[in-house]
Amino acid sequence: MSVLTRDVTCREAVELVTDYLEGSLSTRERRRFEHHLARCDGCEGYLAQVRAVVAATGAVGPEDLDPATLQGLVALFEQYKGDS
Amino acid sequence: MDDEVLLEKLLVGDQDAFRALVSRYHSSLVRVARYHVDSDAAAEDVAQDTWVAVLRGVHKFEGRSSFKTWLFKILVNRSRTAGSRDRKQVPVDTAFAEPTVEQSRFDAGGAWTDPPTPLDDLVSAHLDDALVVRAIRDAVRELPEPQQAVVTLRDVEGLSTYEVSALLGLTEGNVRVILHRGRAKVRAALEGVARGGLP
Ligand SMILES: [Zn+2]
Repeated sequence: MSVLTRDVTCREAVELVTDYLEGSLSTRERRRFEHHLARCDGCEGYLAQVRAVVAATGAVGPEDLDPATLQGLVALFEQYKGDS
Repeated sequence: MDDEVLLEKLLVGDQDAFRALVSRYHSSLVRVARYHVDSDAAAEDVAQDTWVAVLRGVHKFEGRSSFKTWLFKILVNRSRTAGSRDRKQVPVDTAFAEPTVEQSRFDAGGAWTDPPTPLDDLVSAHLDDALVVRAIRDAVRELPEPQQAVVTLRDVEGLSTYEVSALLGLTEGNVRVILHRGRAKVRAALEGVARGGLP
């Protein structure tokens, strides 16, 4: 097997996950990655983890605003309304 | 309620609509502003200026982009005019990337010896759990720049990689490299929660 077609290792595969999810691997890289994934529960699990993390990060959303900051911004809004 | 519905209400001076928008976006605005300016106080100021610009400009918003995209564009413009530091292009070393998974989890041949712990249950059944929410938000907050700005825009706010690259002045390739490193840390944090078990 040549270097170009050898299987990726798990250590290498985990570093391809973002590019894979973003659709930015070359066709050959994607094939090698998917070929590995099909036979590796660990890396399949890793990809599932990253998918879960992305979904959870979006679902959880940004930090809650502290009440003092919110009050300050609402005051700004009232002041602006008064001016306009 | 949709951003667009809230905007309609904001147009007629509805304070609750403003509260809702601010609650939804202010912390992310501060996060992203922090990438452009060099102190937390300056970032807070830029985010405030952004809301003033929104109030001034809301009647001109035409809905050609989403409100979210418009909002972050205003923020970036405010950051640039706020006398922010000259942002040098962040050097992103794509050739030599540090590993994002602890090397001790692989054997000498590069195969898993300590494989990933599934997170599906954690994020599907326990997403309301304060511990999980805290773990995710803390992990994002602790990311160094530019990872924090990239993860906030891409994963917390769900903008496209193209939009993130335009907002931060990075190439899409660099956005992906930075995203990869940032996500890996959030992943590690959540896996830590899964392994520690939920209380
Ligand atoms: Zn593997």
